[in-house]
Amino acid sequence: MRMNRRQFIKVSGLMTAGAIAPPVMLSGCQPRKLPGTGDVAQTPTVCDICFWKCAGTVYAEDGQPWKVVGNEADPHCTGRLCTRGTGGIGAYEDRDRLRQPLLRVTENGSQTFEPVSWDEALDFIASRMGEIGERHGKDRLALLAHGSGGTHFQRLLKAWGSHAYAHPSFAQCRGPREVAFALTYGEGVGSPDRTDMEHSRCVVLIGSHIGENLHNGQVQTFVDAINQDATLITVDPRFSVAAGKSRYWLPIKPGTDIALLLAWMNVLINEGLYDKDYVERHTIGFDRLTRHVQPFNPEWAYLETGLDPKLIRETARVMATSAPATLVHPGRHVTWYGDDTQRGRAIAILNALLGSWGRKGGFYAQEKVDLPAFPVPKPPKPKTDWKAIVQPEFPLSPSGVSQKVLEACVGPDAHLKGLFVYGTNLPYTIPNIRGTLEAVAESLDLFVAIDTLPAEVTGYADVILPECTYLERYDDLRNSPERVPSLALRMPAFEPRHETRPGWWIAKQLAGRLDLEEHFPWEDYSEVLDWQLKQVGSSLEEMRGIGVKRFPRKTPMYIPEGRDIKFRTRSGKIELYSGMLEQHGYDPLPKYTPPDKRPENFYHLNYGRGPAHSFGRTTNNPLLFELMPENAVWVNPRVANDWSLRNGDYVRLRNTDGATSNRVRVRITERTGPNAVFIVHGFGHTAKELRLTSGVGADDASLMNNVKVDPIMGGTGMRANFVTFVKET
Amino acid sequence: MQEVILATARHNAKVDPSLGIWTWEVSVYLFLGGLTAGIMCFAALMVLMRKDTVAPFATNRLALLAPIVLSLGMTTLFLDLEHKLYVFRFYTAFEVTSPMSWGAWILVAIYPISVLQILSTLRVGYPGMAGYAEKLPLFSGVLDLSERFRRPVAGVAIPFAVALGIYTGILLSAFSARPFWNTGVLGPLFLVSGLSTAAALVLLGAREAGEKHLFTRIDLGLIGVELMFVFLLLVNLGTGSGVQIDAAGLVLGGPYTLVFWVLFVTIGLLVPAVLETWEMKGGRALVYAAPILVLFGGYVLRHVTVEAGQFSTWTHYETQYDPALLERLQ
Amino acid sequence: MMHYAMVIDTRTCIGCGDCVVACKTENNVPVGLNRDWVVEATSGTYPDLDTEFRSERCNHCSHATCVYVCPTGASYYWRDTNIVLVDADKCTGCKACIAACPYDARLIMHPEGYIDKCTFCHHRVEKGLDPACVSACPTRCMHFGVLDDSGSVVSTLLKSRNHKTLLPETGNEPNVYYLT
Ligand SMILES: Nc1nc2c(c(=O)[nH]1)N[C@H]1C(S)=C(S)[C@@H](COP(=O)(O)OP(=O)(O)OC[C@H]3O[C@@H](n4cnc5c(=O)[nH]c(N)nc54)[C@H](O)[C@@H]3O)O[C@H]1N2
Ligand SMILES: Nc1nc2c(c(=O)[nH]1)N[C@H]1C(S)=C(S)[C@@H](COP(=O)(O)OP(=O)(O)OC[C@H]3O[C@@H](n4cnc5c(=O)[nH]c(N)nc54)[C@H](O)[C@@H]3O)O[C@H]1N2
Ligand code: SF4
Ligand code: SF4
Ligand code: SF4
Ligand code: SF4
Ligand code: SF4
Ligand SMILES: [Mo]
Repeated sequence: MRMNRRQFIKVSGLMTAGAIAPPVMLSGCQPRKLPGTGDVAQTPTVCDICFWKCAGTVYAEDGQPWKVVGNEADPHCTGRLCTRGTGGIGAYEDRDRLRQPLLRVTENGSQTFEPVSWDEALDFIASRMGEIGERHGKDRLALLAHGSGGTHFQRLLKAWGSHAYAHPSFAQCRGPREVAFALTYGEGVGSPDRTDMEHSRCVVLIGSHIGENLHNGQVQTFVDAINQDATLITVDPRFSVAAGKSRYWLPIKPGTDIALLLAWMNVLINEGLYDKDYVERHTIGFDRLTRHVQPFNPEWAYLETGLDPKLIRETARVMATSAPATLVHPGRHVTWYGDDTQRGRAIAILNALLGSWGRKGGFYAQEKVDLPAFPVPKPPKPKTDWKAIVQPEFPLSPSGVSQKVLEACVGPDAHLKGLFVYGTNLPYTIPNIRGTLEAVAESLDLFVAIDTLPAEVTGYADVILPECTYLERYDDLRNSPERVPSLALRMPAFEPRHETRPGWWIAKQLAGRLDLEEHFPWEDYSEVLDWQLKQVGSSLEEMRGIGVKRFPRKTPMYIPEGRDIKFRTRSGKIELYSGMLEQHGYDPLPKYTPPDKRPENFYHLNYGRGPAHSFGRTTNNPLLFELMPENAVWVNPRVANDWSLRNGDYVRLRNTDGATSNRVRVRITERTGPNAVFIVHGFGHTAKELRLTSGVGADDASLMNNVKVDPIMGGTGMRANFVTFVKET
Repeated sequence: MQEVILATARHNAKVDPSLGIWTWEVSVYLFLGGLTAGIMCFAALMVLMRKDTVAPFATNRLALLAPIVLSLGMTTLFLDLEHKLYVFRFYTAFEVTSPMSWGAWILVAIYPISVLQILSTLRVGYPGMAGYAEKLPLFSGVLDLSERFRRPVAGVAIPFAVALGIYTGILLSAFSARPFWNTGVLGPLFLVSGLSTAAALVLLGAREAGEKHLFTRIDLGLIGVELMFVFLLLVNLGTGSGVQIDAAGLVLGGPYTLVFWVLFVTIGLLVPAVLETWEMKGGRALVYAAPILVLFGGYVLRHVTVEAGQFSTWTHYETQYDPALLERLQ
Repeated sequence: MMHYAMVIDTRTCIGCGDCVVACKTENNVPVGLNRDWVVEATSGTYPDLDTEFRSERCNHCSHATCVYVCPTGASYYWRDTNIVLVDADKCTGCKACIAACPYDARLIMHPEGYIDKCTFCHHRVEKGLDPACVSACPTRCMHFGVLDDSGSVVSTLLKSRNHKTLLPETGNEPNVYYLT
């Protein structure tokens, strides 16, 4: 291929050389003129490649997309985007983007998608909604969304009378820790995570592969900690990037973290190293906790975790010396083994013993701008909402559980009749859900997928609506809680390509067809933003120039020293012992349950992030594909030897139920232990239309038949799966 | 275990996974360049040694081949350029530190000298051609003149020819970044090989037994010297820095071992040497076998050197990903 | 003579590759080609390991073998600095400079055929900005400046921290430093 091209260049060169002209007249190549010497346009944006929502500036030169860079004023990114954000232009340039609305039609027996006009697509949706409304009631639509644009459709469904939502960022991501911290402190960790790492003297990571996990603020504050010589303790069976930066790396046996956490509590309490004043003043249940942790000394933990008791003691003492500026990181993707809320509780309690919640170097109190919502009529009270679907089974779940919502779509007498999916690729996002999804598609009267790419989830839909990328649209102002309250503007840097449209426009068009106009009283979404900005003394005009505006804090960032305060728990105190859990029949204090045994010749299926990609949403992004075109399976040299695998070989992974992955490249490395293999999530796409990434690499989700559901909040534990190798011949 | 990998996919054309910038075009150029040097040397030497009768071909006819052979070489060199329209740039600058620049300018001197060599022997060597040419005005004058300066021309030709021959080696040995090339032996080795191939060419062209005999002897001697330089080359690398020792490994068990020892040393040097010795002893050999093998060996030497040199390197990183996937971007 | 250097802290480099993407977009580097890349070097045996990440590119050598071999002067030192550039209008595509670089830092610009390489973003340096890769790096582990000024960040870092360069034994006198 490249060879041929080279030959061609030679030949053509020969031709021209045949008629060589006098040097002066030569005009062979004109080397690119220096970047930035053309006419350059700048537009503020908020990155949507992941959910950290960094603010940046989009540059175009001579009308051509050029680059995206971070906004200096932005507390989320301090002027630096991450790898994926810098590659954002690729999302706009992706050749395989959805181009126009698609409608499922049956042509002589076989179903296909047919390109249709926006009117056709929207009319179809509106009429189906109408029918569902009449036949079953207006509360029978659901929304599964991930990403900023979801709000527009949430507004639409609310106005219509449906309140059944869920975000995969709960039951597939950080739900357990939010519930655990809410139970303990009365509030969750939130996003951006309220970790005060830049002031920490000691950071403890349980998993949390910051560095591969590129959540920007996390990376930057983690590096602050390194630069200030904070003591880093990383608990990870894999030699993660973070482990490589740490003073202490604890290569724990997978699934045994609660044992370690209990042992750490045991040491802190029995050696009297905990923050006595803090515990005395702010917590309840300390005595019960003390009794609870007695059996769990480091020697006991050694048998479970394989970690040297001396090391467990030493690290506990190090944590204590730096307390309260010791952060035991709550993690973010924590749906691991099904006992995740309990692990989250253990982490929360450990932090309480160290007195780090609400203290400098621990957890700070976030604050956002109180930004009035654009005045619209009050939506009707729905007959039922997500609680009806989720809380019978998970009474403590404070928000929708995606797989429950899907289950409620299955069958002739299913509660839900219509589903909107915005920006979440369900078959790759919820483990072991593909069967359910097919049933869902069978059962539903209406299945709408709103996406930018022909992602696998769109294949289940009746209608596919092509949204334009974040670089081509307005969305709500970013107003995330942070150290400094701030607002950030996303506005179109380019015209929407093809027939794509912004989410706000799609929602408004539907509203128009459902006579819900009064809930969308604007022509262009910029009116909403301008109105809101004016309420807080800014304006769209100003924001177009600066992109990010910071506002003064009104509340303290830390708990005032030596003063009692009221926590938002039932007791008003930090609940080391959770009455709430007890009342619902769960363990009021974290209990350790050993993980499933690893079968002979099988290995833990470990997965995580690669810095180059956001899940599966960027693997077809040309800029990022070029950086990391495929994922490799990490294999320990000893294991490779047993299986006589060589670097660069291709193998398939097969789990204990016989589910087999796509072929994946072997990377032999000491960075994974002999009991686990590791792959980066987001690969193994099957959608042919994703021409770059289709059929490349292995998909961890396809190997996750064994889902450990968290009995407290419905999280889908993904780490109890084992795989073996199938050699490619 | 030591694992050194590229964490980001890198696949720069002709640089990854290992250098592949120069192929046959350059090997052929180096081969023909050396051959030209040899041709001019022998043509000149024979003139200076007044060998008209013993070696009529070498003395009076050989020189004509120089510009032809050289031009062929220049053509393949041109074929190798990636930015062909800018070939003239070789002659808008002289870069003292650049062997290639030296080469470019040496060639400028070579052509006129070689033309003078031809003119000064044309009447004797190619009477037909001469007679035809003399129909042109002034031309017989030109021939008279150059014939008068026949010996001085030859005298000048030799140093330039030698320079050209050595240059073809130095061109490569100047690359400190390519361990296999980075040895002073390459210059003399290529020169000797050039002379040897030129001698072989004479053996192909010569008719008289005497001339054949003379050049068989010459070639034998040259092959001997060449074998010595080959030996020196390996000693030189083998006793050099770490990277040079690795480089030597390329032909001592490494990927180029077979080509080097079988195609070059055995078939290109030893076999012809044996055949020639036998002929010296009066044996009737398959007439053209030896010279053809010598020429073949001469090319193989350039080829192996060019290839192995690019393979030898200071930096080598394993890629984690299948580079072929990047083709999907095209 | 301005002596520019890049100083990269391997203690905080996470191997994220942002520097690579930033270079590609800033400089419109054609698809499939790279001016910079990230190397991951792991030594030891589980669980006793050490990993170093290095963002690599042209070292803008003080003794630039690539410049010396160039027959046309197309490869040159920019404005009496150590920044090595290629003038496409003088480049014949003979590729000698590619062979002359011990770091394999040069590449052929397809389809034009002239040679391309890291420019230390002289178009930004000129304006007093850091190179694109440096100013994108989320960990701020990359630093850029002049060594002539003993007060510059790069000078101070080199004074206060242990550091190394790549293949000093080539004698090329590279100017990309790695803090260890
Ligand atoms: N580049 C990039 N960054 C991202 C994302 C992305 O898609 N791409 N996604 C973002 C999102 S939404 C999230 S939620 C976060 C997720 O990022 P994290 O919250 O950091 O995810 P984790 O699952 O905690 O981290 C995975 C690590 O856990 C280790 N691990 C596996 N099993 C165990 C175990 O039993 N015990 C312990 N202690 N460790 C174990 C793995 O070896 C791996 O190093 O990343 C965010 N950042
Ligand atoms: N097996 C496995 N499953 C996981 C995880 C894992 O590590 N392994 N991680 C879990 C975690 S932590 C999380 S947060 C979730 C993330 O789950 P998802 O958010 O579902 O992750 P993606 O695969 O990125 O799916 C994003 C979808 O949104 C589309 N999209 C991208 N940009 C836009 C846009 O601007 N508009 C619209 N309408 N669509 C857009 C993409 O094309 C893609 O189809 O996955 C969870 N599930
Ligand atoms: S962390 Fe990276 S991908 Fe996520 S929003 Fe920020 S820049 Fe974009
Ligand atoms: S951007 Fe910075 S941290 Fe990331 S790889 Fe490059 S140098 Fe290292
Ligand atoms: S690194 Fe290579 S290309 Fe860069 S200056 Fe040095 S020798 Fe030249
Ligand atoms: S390729 Fe161009 S820059 Fe490189 S040496 Fe040849 S002429 Fe000079
Ligand atoms: S300095 Fe500029 S050209 Fe060189 S690697 Fe960095 S961004 Fe690319
Ligand atoms: Mo997540």
